[in-house]
Amino acid sequence: MEIGISHYLTVSAILFTLGVFGIFLNRKNVIIILMSVELILLAVNINMVAFSAFLNDITGQVFALFILTVAAAEAAIGLAILVVFYRNRGSIAVEDVNMMKG
Amino acid sequence: MRHGFGHWPDGLSGFASWSEGRAFTPSKTKKAPIMGLQVLFFYLFAFIAVASAFMVIAAKNPVYSVLFLILTFFNAAGLFLLTGAEFLAMILLVVYVGAVAVLFLFVVMMLDIDFAELRAGVLEYAPVGALIGLILAAELIIVVGGSTFSPEIAKGIAMPIPAVTERTNTAALGDVLYTHYIYFFQIAGLVLLVAMIGAIVLTLRHRENIKRQSIPRQVARSPETAVEVVTVKPGQGL
Repeated sequence: MEIGISHYLTVSAILFTLGVFGIFLNRKNVIIILMSVELILLAVNINMVAFSAFLNDITGQVFALFILTVAAAEAAIGLAILVVFYRNRGSIAVEDVNMMKG
Repeated sequence: MRHGFGHWPDGLSGFASWSEGRAFTPSKTKKAPIMGLQVLFFYLFAFIAVASAFMVIAAKNPVYSVLFLILTFFNAAGLFLLTGAEFLAMILLVVYVGAVAVLFLFVVMMLDIDFAELRAGVLEYAPVGALIGLILAAELIIVVGGSTFSPEIAKGIAMPIPAVTERTNTAALGDVLYTHYIYFFQIAGLVLLVAMIGAIVLTLRHRENIKRQSIPRQVARSPETAVEVVTVKPGQGL
């Protein structure tokens, strides 16, 4: 028995699905939604690295690095917005995010 | 064995040449246990990663969610190591565990929120979500798990990974990143700079009635304004 690319892609698919399911499950809690987005991006990264090893092409790892960068920036900005929102409203429930409704 | 740039190795799969390139025992007799270990560790890392990813979205306490997220990243780093992407594995630990997860932990602990209230009615949409999730997972696994990739696609690769005996993974990544992808690299730095400035601008607030350091006032002080000479009468004190 040998571990091939399809094993890695399956793990990545399960992680991706768990991320999507987490957004459904915790649709009120923005923090968990942000963590689910991190899970989705991790699944994408596993895909990139698996194909990089499979094709013996290092470009996949380069792009995984860029995805990592963007994910870190996204987490920082998202949490900063969350903190500001909490200061203004005293809550982080998604259904309270209607300040721009006018 | 892989031999540097330009030479395409025997057998398409990087995973197949993994055992040849990474195992430092050329004899065939010692190859089988190493492959067995690779399989064992793959299933170990994969199972713990998936289980802790499920706990991230299912845990009642968000602090536990963050801790399980850290566990997921650790095991994903293990999976990266198995594919030979050592630098990315370490960067995953440094960036995610060291920075992003700690940031999540700070925010979870800083905000005074009744998380139990947020979880109320969590099972309301769970059947729909589970249905969509199952369908999505089934589709993805059927497509990617069942398919085999033609050896022809390996002929179109851009940057072959050099043999690990010639160049380490970090050096090989740097060879490509600082030459062919230098503009992307700079833009990534710019993205991080913008994110940093944005986070600071968003969360910085100047509260009134807080004592702050004023460097111009400190520098402008002279002995005349700073020192007051008081003549104390004997036996009385101030």
